[in-house]
Amino acid sequence: MFDFFFQLHPVIQGLAKGLAVIMVIFPIAGACSMAERKVAAWIQDRPGPNRAIVPWVAWIPFFGKFLQRLGIFHVMADGGKMLFKEDSLPGHVNKFYFILAPIVAMIPALTTVTAVPFGAYFDSAGKVITLGLAPLDIGMLAVFAVSSLGVYSAILAGWASNSKYPFLGSVRASAQLISYELSMTLAVLPVFLWVNAPGLPGTMSFGRVVEFQSQPGFLGGMWFGFLMPLSAFIFLVALFAETNRQPFDTVESESDLVGSFHTEYGAFKWGLFFVAEYSHMIVGSGVFMLLFGGGWNPLPWVSLAMAVDWLGAILPFAHAPLFVGVLSIAIFLGKTLAMIFFFMWVRWTLPRFRYDQVMKIGWQKMLPLSIANLLFYAIAIAVLQK
Amino acid sequence: MANFLFYAFAFFTVATAAGVVASKNAVNAAMCLLLSLVGVAGLFVALNAYLLAFLLLLVYAGAIVALFLFIVMLLDMKETESRGFGKLSLAAIILAAGLLVTGLSTLVTRGHLDTGNPALTPALGTDIKLYSYQLFTTYLLPVQVMGFLLLIAMLGVIVLSKRWEGSDDVT
Repeated sequence: MFDFFFQLHPVIQGLAKGLAVIMVIFPIAGACSMAERKVAAWIQDRPGPNRAIVPWVAWIPFFGKFLQRLGIFHVMADGGKMLFKEDSLPGHVNKFYFILAPIVAMIPALTTVTAVPFGAYFDSAGKVITLGLAPLDIGMLAVFAVSSLGVYSAILAGWASNSKYPFLGSVRASAQLISYELSMTLAVLPVFLWVNAPGLPGTMSFGRVVEFQSQPGFLGGMWFGFLMPLSAFIFLVALFAETNRQPFDTVESESDLVGSFHTEYGAFKWGLFFVAEYSHMIVGSGVFMLLFGGGWNPLPWVSLAMAVDWLGAILPFAHAPLFVGVLSIAIFLGKTLAMIFFFMWVRWTLPRFRYDQVMKIGWQKMLPLSIANLLFYAIAIAVLQK
Repeated sequence: MANFLFYAFAFFTVATAAGVVASKNAVNAAMCLLLSLVGVAGLFVALNAYLLAFLLLLVYAGAIVALFLFIVMLLDMKETESRGFGKLSLAAIILAAGLLVTGLSTLVTRGHLDTGNPALTPALGTDIKLYSYQLFTTYLLPVQVMGFLLLIAMLGVIVLSKRWEGSDDVT
């Protein structure tokens, strides 16, 4: 069925796969912007965006009205506005870096996706094969390395804007992102200590992490979020700080910095920053789910293989690789979207920290906590895996 | 293909490294340094040393150059005017060039640059477990020494930046 695809040149195959993933990420990022407004509305007990509608959809009874209430046409309206607005270039900016900054924001945001697997299927021998653009052996390191380059967009944008508030924002961004990277890296180390059990080849791949969370037995089927709750918590907090989400929103806090590094940006260039932020959120949520939330396993102690076996009793085609692949991607995507909902929920629950509090939490609370956590799990794993 | 990638990355690395030295604007120089590091990471990937490549990106490109940029912007450095060479810097240039030529000629004449048998060279950088095993056994002493060096540097920074009570020079 897909033979013609595998006969293509590998470069063309890679391009096609990459484009396919981007074509999923982009609409999700757009939908997230809509969801953000809608979730905000629900939490604040108001209807939210519910006016925009395309005329010929309005002619459909009931369903058209329902779509209007849901506000999905506001996504298109927003996108159209971003495309057709005048793309202004202020006179007082450093033009080269001003234009470069949104591009630099997009590159790491979309490159990290290559290292994140998003599904799996079983071949005829029952072996698990992960679906992803680049099944890197050092997947976690690659994600950390490339996503750490995202800080340059904020730094360059703020500096090139040549005005006070953007500059303050970019200075905050560079300090904040570097501070929280430390505790984030230390928080995931226990996971990789556990999955690099004696006798297995060393790896930092996400595939192995998910494999370890889908074993039989009480300890085997346990997601790492339950096994290492403190690691998961530190990673989650650092993730909020790294993606500049509230309560760590000091980098672009609109109340004291107007909007910070993208104050001077408008139209599509601003839109690129926006999409990059949501791509970071999507990838970050995906990584969190892979490491601590069981990846593509539907429930704790219920692995994908078990779920497929149960479904096999009802559906005759449940064991087909295509079905398993689509099922696993759907489960993983569902979890990632739930995580993004959590991001938005937190945004309307916790107030923003002051900048000195952000630094204090990062260096005086999170870092010692993550080091203690690493020491505890290093000893515990050494005893358990002996 | 591998050869082409090597030449492309090598040219990119050297060109951007030259940009670091030549650019008068400190921000341009820092960005060139970043690109140069990315080029070196590309060379590591071409050598199948993925771990080194990504560590280089993570530590140097992701954190250290970002701090450089941070400092450059915080001090708000203006474009520097090129001054003529003093006697001391001329002497330093001649000394450095002499050392470089001597070092390179020794490398070439003693055959250190000859391609060895790749089968005999242990591939330590490919498997992460092997790599860390080597770090904790064969190279334990250098790792510890480096750790102490960094610790001393950190202590020095704390001593220099701490405001001592009763001192007159810091207000």
